[in-house]
This record gives sequence, structure tokens and C-alpha cells, in this order.
Amino acid sequence: MASITMNHIVKKYGDGFPAVNDVSIDVADGEFMILVGPSGCGKSTLLRMIVGLEDITSGDMLIGDRRVNDLAPRDRNLAMVFQNYALYPHLTVYENIAFPLRLAGAPDKEVEEKVRAAAETLELNEHLERKPANLSGGQRQRVAMGRAIVRNADAFLFDEPLSNLDAKLRGQMRTEISRLQKRLGITTVYVTHDQIEAMTLGDRVAVLKRGLLQQLATPRELYDNPANLFVAGFIGSPPMNFMPATVEGTTLKLPFGEVEIPAEKAERAAGAGLLIAGIRPESFAEASAPHLRDVNEANTFEANVDVVEWLGNETYAYVPFEAPPEVQSQLTQLEQELDGEVVRTQLVITLDGSSEVREGDTVKIWMDAAKVHLFDPKTTENLTVDLDHAGRIPGREDALAASAGPAPGTTPAES
Amino acid sequence: MARRTRKALFGTGVGFVVIMVWCLLPVAWILSLSFKSQAETNSGSPQFLPKSWTLQNYRDILHNSDFLYALRNSFGIAIIATLLSVIFATLAAYAIARLDFKGKRLVLSLALAIAMFPVVSLISPLFDMWRTFHLFNTWPGLIIPYMTFTLPLAIWTLSAFFREIPWEMEQAAQVDGATPWQAFRKVIVPLAAPGVFTAAILTFFFAWNEFALAISLTSTTAARTVPAQMSFFVGSDPFNPPYGQLATASVIVTIPIVIIVLLFQRKIVAGLTSGAVKG
Repeated sequence: MASITMNHIVKKYGDGFPAVNDVSIDVADGEFMILVGPSGCGKSTLLRMIVGLEDITSGDMLIGDRRVNDLAPRDRNLAMVFQNYALYPHLTVYENIAFPLRLAGAPDKEVEEKVRAAAETLELNEHLERKPANLSGGQRQRVAMGRAIVRNADAFLFDEPLSNLDAKLRGQMRTEISRLQKRLGITTVYVTHDQIEAMTLGDRVAVLKRGLLQQLATPRELYDNPANLFVAGFIGSPPMNFMPATVEGTTLKLPFGEVEIPAEKAERAAGAGLLIAGIRPESFAEASAPHLRDVNEANTFEANVDVVEWLGNETYAYVPFEAPPEVQSQLTQLEQELDGEVVRTQLVITLDGSSEVREGDTVKIWMDAAKVHLFDPKTTENLTVDLDHAGRIPGREDALAASAGPAPGTTPAES
Repeated sequence: MARRTRKALFGTGVGFVVIMVWCLLPVAWILSLSFKSQAETNSGSPQFLPKSWTLQNYRDILHNSDFLYALRNSFGIAIIATLLSVIFATLAAYAIARLDFKGKRLVLSLALAIAMFPVVSLISPLFDMWRTFHLFNTWPGLIIPYMTFTLPLAIWTLSAFFREIPWEMEQAAQVDGATPWQAFRKVIVPLAAPGVFTAAILTFFFAWNEFALAISLTSTTAARTVPAQMSFFVGSDPFNPPYGQLATASVIVTIPIVIIVLLFQRKIVAGLTSGAVKG
């Protein structure tokens, strides 16, 4: 068991392109850290630098107190689960799991004991004599994990371990990984592009974009206080709604109407001109819903719903709107960064599953204006972020240090 | 549908029989010859099956010390050439498949060019060189040129196999605590086994069957291999070569080849890597 500290890690390839650019992340002993981001954001490269399969261009990589930049993978004592599992096809499940022990020269009796114990944990006992080719996807996944847990590694590293499984199995294995990590209490770094895995598994989540760390925070902090448009758009499903807005006093003007926002938020955005407002789909509700009888009439507006998706427990209503070109271009770029594509600007509203709204209806919608985030369209920064509850945002640490004490979750490993 | 299948099956069967007869008739003829007596092969009115079956040819040839020496040479030279060739080719092919070094394409195309070089054109320079180096009429004198011709082929075959093996396999081994050499030996080589056996068989066949170099670079039974030795089976009457003896020798040198193919065929199991990564 050990902490992992990354100090100003840079990875440049032959053409000088920085795949990972000045990333500093500290993983506490026993912590479950998620590296998340769209494809090409450098998350896998970063993981491979931790394990030693990629050279580090500059910066320091520490496992515990030991600088490991120049150590070979076998000397770092880390266990890794690969995306494709990388099981040895010529060996049985038993020998696959035993492989690290055999390399370490463990006596047969110890190998037997440890492999049986690992197989017991992962419920692989009946499959020990089979070859990987004869196993299902989920079983292969468990063998790969068995190979990781059989030895006393300082940390587990996972490289998108669930991306090859179908949706149902992915959910089950996600829970299984979480349970295993809690039980073993071992430091874990987990790479994924799936924001659901990021939110459910991680103690803390590091969001990366094009090699740059965007925000390092707990899932709740990321959800409630995204550092910028990118993080806001990446975390949450369906994603946060973005629309053009201007602030006058404490009034926020949106394409649909005007709402009153808290004075503190209005103050931070004062005089900024055209802004991008971000509101999560669940911050809306039908004004006629029973729990909203007494709410402020001011924060309601009429909306023309053009598509309704009913999921049983909830309903998504889509409301198209027009955006001015400045905002439109920023949103188009954001979607590209998120591996998506802007077809039209629209508002997604999560309504109750019992909602009677039909396509083509005009509905009175209430908005929880206190949950609005306001983003600067030029820098994409979140102007209304609550820095005390936003983890670490590179570039805004000074503001954080000024307003609060040490960032939550930092570890003494740097000392 | 069923009728079409039956028709297709029938067609396949006929094609199969035609090809088998075409390929195996000469073999059957040689086999039959080897059981005929000298008198019968010289009689001038041959028939396919021997009139009277005899094992005399086999008895004679197994008491022919020249042939036995040649057989020993053939085995020794072919096995050593194969072993060395496969070892060198495995290491070279691994480097070519995994490493990015300058001149990689050059090495590969040169290797191919060498493999395509006509053997005959090398004989006279080699003859002169080998006499100077005292390699003429020795085992190494044949092993070295054989390796020159079989290595390129083996390297090409093996590097194709190595390229098929996912690199993650090796990285996983390294993370599991293996040195690069251990990862190579315990993971890569077993996975490339079909390729290794293919290369071994190709090399062995070349060395076993080679004639031009064997006859030119040897002078006595110290190094002469069976194909070369057989050209010295002249017999007492120059107008009536000992066909029975020649056929018997051919049968005897064919047997090891058949055994080796049958043995290695089991090892050449395609799809050994299936299941390594999700297919």
C-alpha cells in the first residue's frame, strides 16, 4: 500500500505534442482515484506512466516516498488490469493468476494458497483449469483482476477495464470492483471515459482535457461546482443545458424569459456582458407539479416542447431555442471536445415520470435559479463556482488558498 | 439447398481424387520400384506392381555404409541448420516486430533479396572460399550456406507471427514482474510457437532436400548428404542404373519428412492467441 504522487508530469511524443501537460495529482494511500476524459485527453498515457510502460518527459512520479521515474515496470510493484485483459492464452486460469507469483519464485504451496484465495474472492473456483479462450467476457475480466490481487501490490491500476463488456455486465462488474477495492483498501487509479463509472467508483475524480488537468474533486463537487464549461458538460447525464444569458441586477435574462438569481451569483457575473448559463436538466420542473404550489411565480416560463422521451421513472422534454453566434460557436467547440456533435441548441428538461406532457404542448416550467452556473464564453471558466467546494482547479488555486484553508483531500505525501 | 450441397460435395470429392492421384502416383511408383528385384527393373517390360515382392533392396541399402554415412550427415546438418536458424530467426524477428530502428525496411528487403538469390550462382565463389577457409567438405561448410538461405524466410514468417501477438501481453508480463527476457520466453515464444514450428519445418525441408550445394561443396562421405550421395549410385552396368536401389533410398529419406510433418502438424494449431483479447 502506498500513495502515488504526480508532480508536474509532462509527456511529449516525438513530434513535440504534449499528450500530458503539467499534471499534478496526489493519490492518497487507499484512495480510489479516477482519471476521466474524452478520448485523446491523456488519461491512459498518464496511467501508463505510473506503471512504467511510458517514459516520463519531465516531472516526478512518486510511489510512497520513492521516485520511480527511471524504474522498470517490474520494480514498481504495481498491479494493472488492461482494457483487453491481456490474459496469457497458453496458460490456464490457475496459471494466469499464479503468473506474478511464479515470476517472484514463490514456492508451490504458497502459490496454491494465494491463487485459491484470489479465485475464491472472485468466484473463479470452477474455472481454474480452463483456458482464457473458453471464458466469457466477465470471467476473463475477473481473471485479470485475480492476477492483480494475488500479489501484494502497492496499488491497482485499471485501464478502462469495463469498456469491452455489455451494459448489464458492466454495471455488475462496476459494483464488484468497488466492493473489492473497499475490502482490500488498496490505492487504486482507474481510467475511464465513462462518466457514470467516474461518479460511482471514485473517491476523487481527475477530469482531463487534451493533456491538461481541468479539475480534481469528489464526484459531488464536480457535479455541483464544475470548474468550466468542459467539466460541466462532461459530468452528468443527460448533460447540463447551456444557453446564452445576460445579467442585470439580480435578473438573469434567458432565451425563454427572466429569472431571479441569488445576489451573490449576480455580483460575480456583474458587467460581464453576454454569458453562458448552465442549468442541469433536473433543476427544472413543471410549474403545476404538486410540490411547487407555493414557489416563486417569477422563476417560471412558457416552453414549447417538441420531443418527449418517457423512461418510466422520469421524462425528458426537449425545447429548442436559438443561440447568438458567439455562444453557438463556443458550444459547437465544446461538443467536439466532448466527442459529440451539436445538431441543434435545445434545452433538456427532466420531468417526473408521471408527467402528462405531450409533444407539441406548451408547458409552464419552473426553474431552480439558485442552481444556475454562469460561464464566461471566452475563457469558459465558471464565474459562479464555489471554490470551497470545488476540489482543486489548476490555475485558480491562489483564489482557493486565499478563501479557504488546505484543499480537501490533499495528502501529506508531498512532504 | 441440400441438392446443391451434395453436388458441391461430389465436386470436391472428384477434385480431391484427381489431385491425390496426380501428386501421389509418382510416390506410389517409387514405392513399388523399391520392392522390385534388380532383374525385374532391368527386364524392359515393367508393370506397376512388382511381379515378386522382395526386401532385397532395403537389405542392400542398409548395409551400404556410404548411404548410412550420408544419412547421418543429412540428419546432422539439417538438424543443426534448423536449430540455429530458428534461434537466430526468433530473436531477429522479435526485434523487427517490436523495435523501431533505422534501416528496418532495408534489413527486411535485403533478407528477402537473399532468399531469392539463385543458389547455383553462388556455388563457384563458395567453392573457392570454402577451400581457402578449410570449410570444404565439412558440416559447417553446408550448414552456413543453408542458414543463409533459410534465415530470411524464417525471419519473415516469424515476424509476421510476432506482429500478431498483442503488445499488451508482454506489457502485462512486465507489470507482473517479468524481465524483458522472461516476458519473451514465457509469454511471447509460447504464443509464437506455431510460427516457430512453421519456420523450423521450412528450414529442415530446405536443408534435407538441397542438392546443388551438397554435391558441389563435398567430396567424400565426411559431409555428403543423401541427395548428393544418391547421384553416386551407379551400379556395375552404366547402361542399367540400379533403379530399385535409388527408389529404396528415396523412400528411406522420405520417411523422416513424413514423420516430422505429422509430428509438427499437431503443434501448428492456428488461433492459439484467440481468447487473449476479446475477439
